Amino acid sequence: MSHPPLLTLSGLTKAYPGVVANDQVSLTIGEGEVHALLGENGAGKSTLVKMIYGLVKPDSGTMTLRGTPYEPGEPREARADGIAMVFQHFSLFDALNVAENIALGMENPPPMRDLAARIREVSEAYGLPLDPFRTVGDLSAGERQRVEIIRCLLQDPKLLIMDEPTSVLTPQEVEILFQTLRKLKSEGTSILYISHKLEEIRALCDHATILRLGKNVGECVPAETSARDMAELMVGTTLQTPERHARDVGEVILDISGLSVASPSEFGTALKNLHLTVRRGEILGIGGVAGNGQDELLSVLSGEITTAADAVKFDGKAIGQMGPNARRALGVLAAPEERLGHAAAPDMSLTENALLTGAAREGLAQNGFLKWGAAKEFAETIIKAFDVRTPGPANAARSLSGGNLQKFVIGREVLQRPEVLVVNQPTWGVDAAAAAAIRQALLDLAAGGAAVICISQDLDELMEISDNFAALNEGRLSAPRPAVDLTVDEIGLMMGGSHGMEVAH
Amino acid sequence: MDLSAINPVLLVASLMVAATPILLAAIGELVVEKAGVLNLGVEGMMIVGAIAGFATAVETGSPLFGFLISAFAGAALSLLFVIMTQVALANQVASGLALTLFGLGLSALMGQSYVGIKPPQLGQIHLPVLSDLPVVGQILFSHDIILYFGIALTAAVWAVLKYTRVGLILRAVGENHDAAHALGYKVVRIRILAILFGGACAGLGGAYISLIRVPQWTEGMTAGVGWIALALVVFASWKPWRALLGAYLFGGVTVVQLNLQAAGVAIPVEYLAMSPYLITILVLVMLSADKSSAPAALGRIFHASR
Repeated sequence: MSHPPLLTLSGLTKAYPGVVANDQVSLTIGEGEVHALLGENGAGKSTLVKMIYGLVKPDSGTMTLRGTPYEPGEPREARADGIAMVFQHFSLFDALNVAENIALGMENPPPMRDLAARIREVSEAYGLPLDPFRTVGDLSAGERQRVEIIRCLLQDPKLLIMDEPTSVLTPQEVEILFQTLRKLKSEGTSILYISHKLEEIRALCDHATILRLGKNVGECVPAETSARDMAELMVGTTLQTPERHARDVGEVILDISGLSVASPSEFGTALKNLHLTVRRGEILGIGGVAGNGQDELLSVLSGEITTAADAVKFDGKAIGQMGPNARRALGVLAAPEERLGHAAAPDMSLTENALLTGAAREGLAQNGFLKWGAAKEFAETIIKAFDVRTPGPANAARSLSGGNLQKFVIGREVLQRPEVLVVNQPTWGVDAAAAAAIRQALLDLAAGGAAVICISQDLDELMEISDNFAALNEGRLSAPRPAVDLTVDEIGLMMGGSHGMEVAH
Repeated sequence: MDLSAINPVLLVASLMVAATPILLAAIGELVVEKAGVLNLGVEGMMIVGAIAGFATAVETGSPLFGFLISAFAGAALSLLFVIMTQVALANQVASGLALTLFGLGLSALMGQSYVGIKPPQLGQIHLPVLSDLPVVGQILFSHDIILYFGIALTAAVWAVLKYTRVGLILRAVGENHDAAHALGYKVVRIRILAILFGGACAGLGGAYISLIRVPQWTEGMTAGVGWIALALVVFASWKPWRALLGAYLFGGVTVVQLNLQAAGVAIPVEYLAMSPYLITILVLVMLSADKSSAPAALGRIFHASR
């Protein structure tokens, strides 16, 4: 490269009590380069970008920005030096409007009226139209991300850090985002792009640095490296791809016809005229952008929302009026998306959490008394079968990392021998190896004759495991189609196209 | 029954006096809650402010100096809440209740030798021409300076929250402290300042009761005004002008029912005495039907490492 590099990190080390988050990490980002940062959960990606953004101070090592030493003490210094960041969990304020949110991320925001005009100008120049006076709480996930990006762009950043930006977008929205990023790159802005979606990195990034357990374990040019090789660098071992066994699809076991339900929450989506059938041995994948009725669908299936008895039929029996425990007894099990607080009680031990859903089917309670011994055994079985990394079943659910807790939550349901298992986002925030294990468990379950409904926003996952695919869009479920011959464009259209993300003309 | 004994001009003038302690405490608590902190210790900070201001005014002969000290006393007590909730990360509800109980006890101890004394009076302002206007002059332009300060404070808090960057940052911290921290704002520092402001306002409100409204010192004399102020903030949907409206409504009904009692209306006294609470809550519940604006981080503990 003819220019000097924009940002050089050398030997950055950061230790927390009991764990070294970053160990001698070095990398170089050139001017106008899109640089990928790859790694599993807990590999230290977040810590590294937090150091660049001034949220965390490194213990040792140096950073150099355009040849001068760079030591941001706090984010505003980083921003002043031209470093901007789009966060993974949007750092937005729901009750404030777009312009106020953007003003909060700027050092010296102009008066509101000028700022609003600039937001309109910049957002249209980059094909991301936004109304500055709308309340952020009312925006879709794609629009919220636009707010974050515009907030960064208004400061003319030299380096834009993006932490898992595409996890909430439809394929069409991803394409628009990539156009914006390529335009930025052509204007000389460097981008540090964090993702675990390897195909995206191959399409977008010039260079990749791979972290594993806090160490820099390799670099590559993504366009010239296969996704599989990159995944194996991340994991450190050869990757097990889930195997699909040929399996027989049996009779219909779960049948929903013409179901309409209002959402229990104020900002939820009502389900409208929903038809759905699943057969024994079938995996039905349900895609769609978050907030289009996924939570409501899971609640209807699990029994958290009860309906008219005939609306939901299990094996010919009407179960719509039954609550979760009655359905569990029959064999209709569910694992919701939110691990802490919905699927598991954060401050209770793993034994207690195993007992909470397993009591009926595993016989862990008798005459109102708990059988602690059996519950502990059940928890230990889950931990062993699903390789949950924890010192033991007495640990609180909160103390587990996201991926480990997810393995526990899914394992707990799988091991109860369900007839129908409903999972929502089974591998959300889970690293590649654990995700593969969870998918394999779902496939094995279906091979054993159970029906699985997998609600997910990860299309690769749905394509990998489902037999049939349907999409939720504003509470309506599309007609299911065999997953094998679907193209990405068709899926995008089933998911409702680009949700108003068309490029501005 | 003799309703003609009620003088409407005096009635309106005294309702403004009755409303001011609630207004001061409510505006302070509103700022605290907008920053995402729930301080249930308003009653305790008010009564400590009441005795501190009273004692200072008696000792120095200067009511204004008494008010100043009452604000410091309220802020000092809220510092205890700061240590509990912002430093030791204790539960805000429990800490606030403890603060109220502590304040009630502390004020009783401090006030033992002040029972039955009359404090020096704070003079009413006199504006040439304006104060001499027939009815309007007596209602609007013949009060003490603290009453006007309360209204000015309402206006200032409204304007700061709505139009300034400081206000925007304060609201942002109350809305989503994790996001505010990620953007580099000092969440704890902002909250501490808000809590101290709330404490100072509550102290002023307390001193207004002991120095102007009553004026004397009796144990437990705030008699639940702090709790009314807390409820007012919620029912006013965290909007300063609505808090003013609620305070004046409460003050108004209180004064009217006292006058009705004096006039010997044939309604049992108990019903009259409960009417201010009932009417204020009813009106504000109706006003707050939009239920929009509770700060999302209200009462949640912020821990920077998460």
